[in-house]
Amino acid sequence: MSKVQPYRLPKGGRIDRGRTISFSFGGWTFHGHPGDTLASALLANGQHMVARSFKYHRPRGILGAGSEDPAALVQIGDDAARTDPNTRASEQEIYDGLIARAQNCWPTLTYDIGAMNDLIAPFVPAGFYYKTFKGPLGNWMWFEPFIRAAAGLGHAPSGPDPDRYEALNRHCDVLVVGGGPAGLMAALAAGRAGARVILVEETAELGGALLARDPEVLRLNDAAPVDWIAGVRAELEARDEVTILTRTTAFGYYSHNFVGLWERVTDHLPEAERPRRLPRQRLWRVRAKEVVLATGAVERPLVFHQNDRPGIMLAGAVRTYMHRYGVLPGKRIVVATNNDSGWDAALDMARAGGEVVAVIDLRADISSRHLAEASQAGIAIHANATIVGTEGRHRIRAVSVRALSGAAANGRPVMMECDLLAIAGGWMPNVALFSQSRGKLRYDDAIEAFRPGRSWQNERSAGAANGAFAMADCFSEGVRAGAQAATAAGFDASPPPAPRIVGGQAGQGRIRVVPELPSHVAPHRKRAFIDLQDDVTTKDLRLAVKEGYRSVEHAKRYTTAGMGTDQGKVANLNAFGLLASVRGESVPAIGTTTFRQPYKPVTIGAIAGQHAGDHFAPRRTTPMHDWHKRQGAIFEPVGEWLRARAYPKSGESFEDAVRRESKAARTAISVLDASTLGKIDVRGPDARTFLNRVYTNAWMKLAPGRCRYGLMLGEDGMVVDDGVTACIADDHFHMTTTTGGAAGVLATLEDYLQTEWPELKVYLTTVTEQWAVAAVCGPQSARLVSELCDDFDADPAGFEFMTWRDAHIGGVPVRVFRISFTGELSYEINIPATYGLWLWEQVLEKGALHGITPYGTEAMHLLRAEKGFIIVGQETDGTVTPDDLGLGGMVKKSADFIGRRSLSRSDTARADRKQLVGLLTDDPNIVLMEGAHVIENAAESAPPVPMLGHVTSSYFSPNLDRSIAMALVKSGRSRMGDKLFVSRRDGAPIPVTVSGTDFLAAKDGAMEAKDG
Amino acid sequence: MFLIRCPWCGERDVSDFSYGGEAHIARPADSDAMSDSAWADYVFLRTNPKGVHAERWNHQAGCRRWFNMLRNTATDDILAVYKMGETPPQVSANLPATPSGEAAIGSGNDAAKVMTTEEGRGEGGGK
Repeated sequence: MSKVQPYRLPKGGRIDRGRTISFSFGGWTFHGHPGDTLASALLANGQHMVARSFKYHRPRGILGAGSEDPAALVQIGDDAARTDPNTRASEQEIYDGLIARAQNCWPTLTYDIGAMNDLIAPFVPAGFYYKTFKGPLGNWMWFEPFIRAAAGLGHAPSGPDPDRYEALNRHCDVLVVGGGPAGLMAALAAGRAGARVILVEETAELGGALLARDPEVLRLNDAAPVDWIAGVRAELEARDEVTILTRTTAFGYYSHNFVGLWERVTDHLPEAERPRRLPRQRLWRVRAKEVVLATGAVERPLVFHQNDRPGIMLAGAVRTYMHRYGVLPGKRIVVATNNDSGWDAALDMARAGGEVVAVIDLRADISSRHLAEASQAGIAIHANATIVGTEGRHRIRAVSVRALSGAAANGRPVMMECDLLAIAGGWMPNVALFSQSRGKLRYDDAIEAFRPGRSWQNERSAGAANGAFAMADCFSEGVRAGAQAATAAGFDASPPPAPRIVGGQAGQGRIRVVPELPSHVAPHRKRAFIDLQDDVTTKDLRLAVKEGYRSVEHAKRYTTAGMGTDQGKVANLNAFGLLASVRGESVPAIGTTTFRQPYKPVTIGAIAGQHAGDHFAPRRTTPMHDWHKRQGAIFEPVGEWLRARAYPKSGESFEDAVRRESKAARTAISVLDASTLGKIDVRGPDARTFLNRVYTNAWMKLAPGRCRYGLMLGEDGMVVDDGVTACIADDHFHMTTTTGGAAGVLATLEDYLQTEWPELKVYLTTVTEQWAVAAVCGPQSARLVSELCDDFDADPAGFEFMTWRDAHIGGVPVRVFRISFTGELSYEINIPATYGLWLWEQVLEKGALHGITPYGTEAMHLLRAEKGFIIVGQETDGTVTPDDLGLGGMVKKSADFIGRRSLSRSDTARADRKQLVGLLTDDPNIVLMEGAHVIENAAESAPPVPMLGHVTSSYFSPNLDRSIAMALVKSGRSRMGDKLFVSRRDGAPIPVTVSGTDFLAAKDGAMEAKDG
Repeated sequence: MFLIRCPWCGERDVSDFSYGGEAHIARPADSDAMSDSAWADYVFLRTNPKGVHAERWNHQAGCRRWFNMLRNTATDDILAVYKMGETPPQVSANLPATPSGEAAIGSGNDAAKVMTTEEGRGEGGGK
C-alpha cells in the first residue's frame, strides 16, 4: 500500500508526523506514525473492518477508542510462543514491524468460510446449544469435537513464554485511578498534601478526555490542554512521593483496599528495542489507604436494525481519533444521537473538515445553540427521527432514516450515503472498579445510567466516573476527591485551584434513551445487535425473557450478552435496558450483572510474575545433590525435594538399574541418600508426655539410646504420618517424619502445643536441613560402618536393632541409628549437613572395597514393599486407620492420643473395612497397575461392578523374582489365600491370590538375620 | 486480600497467614464419655455463619504464632484480633451485616449491588 494515509488529518494529534513506520495487518503492509494505535493507523488508511464476530462471523469494525471496544480484536505477533490473541486494536500501539492478524476468519478477513454461519442465524437462537445438544449423552459426545474446533477467539501461544514478567508490592496513601482531568487534579491535590500517591493511566499518555478535544477550542489557563497536562506531570514527577504509571490498568479492586495494577512495560516497542533489563509486563499489588476512582465514562451505543457494520463508531471515539491521533475516520459522516454530546461531536467533525451530512436526534427538543451552529455548518437536522437500517457489506455505505411519531418510526424514509456513522447514546460512568470494591450503585434517572451510590471501602469517585460529565465539574470533583483522600490518609490538604477553562463542554444535557430504536422492519427480520463481540441481538434477549429468564444474571448467561473478553463494557446497560423494557420494569429494579475482576483480560504471564519455570516453586536438594547429578542420576520430585530415583550406568535402562540396586541392598551393600526425611527436634520436660499424646503407641518408657516407630493420626482416626523417633535424653527426642509431610506435621504439632496444650513445656525445632543422612544397607553394612567410624563398633551383636549411638567419623560427630526401612541390616548415619557430601564420598570410597552400590528412591520403594512396609500417602489416602494397615497392635489402650476416640466410632470399628493385604498374581510376570480395582469375579455382570478395593503398591521384585503388590481390600485379612481379580482397561481381569504383606518373610521363612 | 494485624508482629498481608477454622472449640478432655455423634460433631462439624465469626489464624510466614480473630464473614471486616486463651472481646458488628442488609442466608447479590429508589433518594455521589 502507498504511504498516503487518506484519512489522516493535515494537522493535530499526539503522533510523531516526522516519522512514518510500517506494520502488517492481515498480510498487507500499512503505514502510520509513532503514537498511533493499531486502530488509529488502520483508520487513517481507511481500514474499518478488522475482525469477524464470534458466532456469525459478521464483519466487525472499530467501535471505540480504548479498552471499551467490544469486537475489534486482533492477534498480535507471528512468533508462536509470543503471539497474543484478543488484543484490542484500539489499545495496541504500533511500532515498526508490528505484525497483526484478524481473528475468527479463514482463509482471510474478507473471504471467510465461517461467515456461512450468518446465513443460518435464524436457526441459531439464544440457548441454541442447550436446546439442541441436551439429548442423549452420546449426542453431545458426537458434536463436541466439531463445536470445540469452531469455538474460541484467536489462538493461544504455544511453547513456553520467552518473556520475563515481574510482580511488585507497594503501599501508598492515595491511589488515583485514571489520568484524565479528575484524576490529574486528585493526584495534584493529594501530592501537594505530601501523601504518597500512585497515579495510574491505562493509555500511553496522561490527559484522558482532554486529549479528545480540539485544542483550539478547549483552553486551560489560556494554553492548549497538552501544555497544561505537561505542567501537571512535571510537578507530579518532581515529587518524590508520587509515582506515575502509564500503560497501566487497575484491573481488580479487592478487599481491604487492595488493588491490582497491570503495567505493559515494553509491548509498545519493536522486539529488537525492548531493553533486556525490563520485564515485558508488571503486576503491581497495591495496598492503598485511600483510593480515588477517576475512571471516566464509557459511551453507550444506539441499538438499531443493522447497527453492526464496520464504519459505525461511537461519536466520542471519533473525537479521540481526530484530536489524539489526527485521524478523521470518514469523509461523509452521519451522526445519530440521543443527547447533546452527539451535537458537540458533529460540530467538531465539521470543524476538522468532515462533510457532516446530517445529525439524527431521537429527541424533538434540541438546544438552540446546537441547532444554530449545525445549520451554520450546513448540517441537515433530523430531530425526533431514528435510524431504521443501514447498508454496506464490509463498511457502511448508507443510512436509512425515518421521522418518529411517538414510539413508531413511520415517517417517509430518507436514504443518506455516508462512510462513517457516529453514534452517541449517552455516557455511562465507568463504575466497574467501584462495584468491585462492593460499593453500591445508584441509578441516576437524569443520565439513565448507574453511578456510584454508597461506598464500602475507603474510596471515592470523581468526574465522569461519578456521573459528572461537564468539563468544569471533572476538574472540581478531582480537587475535592484528591484533598478528601489525602485528609483521610492523615495529611493536611490545601486543595489546588482548578485551571481556568475556556471551551469546556457543559455535559450531555437531557437524554432520551430508547432500548431499541423503532423500525418498520418486521420483528423477525430485525437484527439489532446489543453485544457486538458475542453476536447477541435484541431478539435473543426478548426470547430469553419469553422463555422465563427473569434474572439479569440468568439472561446474560443464556444469551451470552456481556460474556465476551470485553465483559460487555458498552453492551451491558443496553441489555439491562432492553430486559427492563420487555418486562415492563425499571432498570434499577432488575439490577445489574456483577462487575468482576479483572476489568479486562490480564496475561497469565503477568499474574505468574517471577513464579515461572524454575521459580514456580522452591526446589530443595540435599547436600549430596551434586554427586547424584554427576553420576547421571534420574531425579524425581518428592514434595519440594528433588531426590535421586535411580543411578543407571551407561547403557543401562531405568528398570535394570532399579533391579541391580535393589539386589545389591539384599545381597551385598548399598547406600541411600535419606537426607530429605523430615526431622523435628523435640525438647522440654514434657517432651515425652507430648509424644505420648501425638503418637498412637506408648512413649513413656522409651529409654535414651533407643528408637521407636510411631504412627500419627488426625482427630478423625486416620493415619497422617509415620516415622522413627529416637530418645536422645529424657527431655530430648529426635523425631523423623515422611519427606513430604514434614512441614504439615510440624505445623500440626505447633498448633496443639500453642492452642490445646499450652501447659506442656515443649519446644519444637525443625532440623531437617541440619542433618544429612546416609542410609547404609545390606548384609555387609556392619563392617563398613565400623570402618567408617573412629570410635564405634557397629556389629549388630553389640548394637541392637532400634537403638542409636553417638560416634565420630574423621572427628566429625555423627549419630548412627540402627533402623531399617528395607528389612535388611541397615544403619542411618546422620551428620551435620555441611559434611553431608563429604560423608557420602567417604561412604562410597571406603565402601568401594565392599562393592557398594548407591540406590535411589525407586529401589527404596521396592525394598520396603518386599518387606510390606507402608508409605503414608501410598498405602494410605486419609481414609485408612492403623487397624486397616494391620498395625492395630500399635494403638495403646493406656492413654489418650490424637484421633483415639475416632477409632471406636461405629464406622472405623466395623469389621468389613478395607484392609491392607498382599496380592500375588497367578502369572508371576504380570505386574499389576497401581490404582487398579480389585474385584471378586472375573466375569462381573454389567456396571457398576462391585469394587472390593484397589492396588496401592505394585512392583516386580528382583529379589523374589516375581511381581508383588499390596492392596486395600474389603475384609482383606479374612480372605487370605482367596482368589480375586484385578481389573484392567484392555483385557480380561488378572487372577490374583490374597497373601500377607511381608513377601520376604514368606520366602525366607525365617527372619532372624533381618531387621524390621 | 485481607490486611491482618498479627498481635505479635503488626499488620501483614493475608499471604503471610494460614487459616485454622473456627475458634474456641476445645478438644474434649474426656472423649470416652462422649457419644459417637457428639465426638463427630467435635471432629467434623463447624459453624459457617454469615456475620461475626471467631476463627483461628496462624502467622505462618512470620512469628508462627496462633491467634484468634473476629471477622464479619459477610463483609470481610476484621473486627478484633486477640491472643490464644483470651476471651473474645465484645464487638459491635457493622450491621446491617452487608452493604445491603441482605438476607441472613444466601448471597442476595442483586440487592447488594444496586440501591433501591428509597435508599438512593437524597444520596449524593460516592462519599
